[in-house]
Amino acid sequence: MKRVNYACGSADHTIARRRFLGGALLGSGALMCGLQQKMRAAETPAERPLKKILLFNMHGGLSQLESWDPKPGTETGGPFRAIPTSVPGIHISELLPHTAQQMHHLCLLRGVNTSEDDHGKGAYLMLTGRRQSPAAAYPEIGAVAAKNLLPPTSSLPGHIRIVPGGGGGRGNDAAYLGPKYSSIALGNGNPPQYTTRPEQVDEAAEKRRHSFRRQTDASFLNRHRSAMTDAFVNSYEQAEQLMLKRDVFDVEKEAPADHDRYGRNDIGRHCLLARRLLAHDVPFVQVTHSNYDTHNENFDFHHELVPQFDRPFATLIADLSTLGLLDDTLVVVLSEFGRTPNINLYMGRDHWSRAWSVLVGGAGVARGAVYGATNEQGTEVVDGQVDHGQLFHTYLQAVGVDSTASIDVDGRQLPLADPAAEPIWKILS
Amino acid sequence: MLDIQKARIVHDWTYERPLLAARIDPQGQFVITSGENGLLQKFSIPAGEVQVFPQVHQSWIQGLAIDPAGKIAVSGGGDGKIVWWDLSSSPPAVIRTVDAHQGWVRTLAISPDGRLLASGGYDAKVHLFELGSGQLIRTWTDHAMNVYAVRFFPDNRRLATGDLKGVIAIRDCESDQPPVSLDGAPLHSFNEGQKVNFGGVRCLAIDPQMQYLAAGGLHKSSNPLGAVHEPLALQFSIADQKLLHSHVAEGIPGGGLWNLHYLPDGHLLGVSGGSTGGFLLFWKLGQDLTVHKFQLPALARDMDVTTNGQLVVTSHHDRHVRITTLA
Repeated sequence: MKRVNYACGSADHTIARRRFLGGALLGSGALMCGLQQKMRAAETPAERPLKKILLFNMHGGLSQLESWDPKPGTETGGPFRAIPTSVPGIHISELLPHTAQQMHHLCLLRGVNTSEDDHGKGAYLMLTGRRQSPAAAYPEIGAVAAKNLLPPTSSLPGHIRIVPGGGGGRGNDAAYLGPKYSSIALGNGNPPQYTTRPEQVDEAAEKRRHSFRRQTDASFLNRHRSAMTDAFVNSYEQAEQLMLKRDVFDVEKEAPADHDRYGRNDIGRHCLLARRLLAHDVPFVQVTHSNYDTHNENFDFHHELVPQFDRPFATLIADLSTLGLLDDTLVVVLSEFGRTPNINLYMGRDHWSRAWSVLVGGAGVARGAVYGATNEQGTEVVDGQVDHGQLFHTYLQAVGVDSTASIDVDGRQLPLADPAAEPIWKILS
Repeated sequence: MLDIQKARIVHDWTYERPLLAARIDPQGQFVITSGENGLLQKFSIPAGEVQVFPQVHQSWIQGLAIDPAGKIAVSGGGDGKIVWWDLSSSPPAVIRTVDAHQGWVRTLAISPDGRLLASGGYDAKVHLFELGSGQLIRTWTDHAMNVYAVRFFPDNRRLATGDLKGVIAIRDCESDQPPVSLDGAPLHSFNEGQKVNFGGVRCLAIDPQMQYLAAGGLHKSSNPLGAVHEPLALQFSIADQKLLHSHVAEGIPGGGLWNLHYLPDGHLLGVSGGSTGGFLLFWKLGQDLTVHKFQLPALARDMDVTTNGQLVVTSHHDRHVRITTLA
């Protein structure tokens, strides 16, 4: 078992540490799960706050050295300095001054080793918790979260991705969970595509159309019902609900002052939209910030991109805390991999998955903590090594989902997460 | 007499870390470089004896200038500081340190008469200082993005500045008149897929007769994050701000121009570094293509020239500083 490196001995953190150690003393993961299940059972469904996941995908491979694990003054450190954070003893890159002030809500995982330097395969394993294999397809964390966290009565989709650029539509990321849990992409933060009623169809006509559709569906399903037909029916029902609740996806409904606080740029708008969706109980929101694949001029590009992310992200964390949402919302900032400690001849950094960082926070995760460490040059993990499988388990446990459980798919019991891995209990409170 | 066809390396020294900026004493007595460790090094010519400056900057140094008399050097770091160095001390001693920019100081220039110092930074500001006293004279804030290049005119009164967006401005150092703008947009690109700004005016040069201004950088950047781009120098007529030439480097599919100088014989000299390697590139007014290319042993990152144009210093990723003679 690895050590959680709480950086200070303040009362708050001492309490957190005791709480954590109490959990750790329970020993096995099964016991921890049992405790969490008992805690859940004590609440009625109506009282139980909805757990959610907010995931930032730093597309291309954010450099850990220019973000969460700076190594200033070393051969691999690059030009940027490290700055103190709101947690004494924890330093992050000077490119993240606003996030630094929210570190007491967050937990740095500095010992990530995923051993996969390919973009596609790296993204797959970070989002599914498993290595890509021709033998099986696994659902992404967003689909698993939607399946497990979306209340049956909810009329909103459970799996939303806010992506840069235009476009939209449904993702193919739910695998055996079915299309009900596949993502809906909001291109450049715009509401879902095709969710406005055509002008030539008035409201009464729209109601008649849906009524007729339901009648024909019912007639057909009486004789030919299957998982596939259910999925088709659900997609129409969900589309209708989306049209009725289109305002939930309209970030322009947020106050101008909030737009100012988040920044009037793409990532600022996307973060504000994420807050809006979480406040409306969408259980999984993914925000993509692009593009960190900086083989060339790594420092100039990180100088351009990381500050774009820093202010709205920090504002969002602060708002989630103020609104009381952070206790029930897991925040994850990940990439497909990190970047090489070695600085190449183009002043770039290449792909590096052997020693990099993921940021988590909120929900059931220890606050103001660092777990894991790399060596002086950042080339190897020297403490608290974790991989994608452990991370995937941890995300689910942090929002109260038993990651060791299985789901029934057409009579087959399929584990939610890789049974060969287990959660990082040390960071779960 | 300069003969670019006879270009050859006459000195080749190494340092312990990859090198960034390089400047040569105008009289050719020494070279100063900066390394990927935040330190400056002074190499004597011809012996190549190296003196390492004390550590002052807490980041890399990309802005570097030497005064015309070779007595003072000025460095600008990623820590936002500008440091004045007394080169008569051994090792060089700090004269003063100024917190100049929010973020990186990317470029520095000293006026030919040694009276003024200009700095450009990633806070999109241009500062003008009195070199002797370090007093701030004025600040320009009209650039919208990173300022990559500053260069004084030979008249000591005008200053050219260039930024990431490709904006080139000619400023009067003695008045508040709005700057004269030149369009360096071909040097900038915004990649919609990668969502990044790239290129910009990486270097500037003004010919001794002040008829022409050259702005260097790169173009054809189909993959900015992957270093896919080609060198490009734009040559303008200063009198009417018209673009005269788009100088390209045929046969160099991977490179960018990191510095430019007009040689006393009228050639425009650029240094290129990229996946195709390092090159000294020579152009003449009247034609877009190079008239000569001299291949360096490794990718170059910066370049400077003595007043007489005979010695060219280049700094390299392979930890070497090289001096090429054109005489």
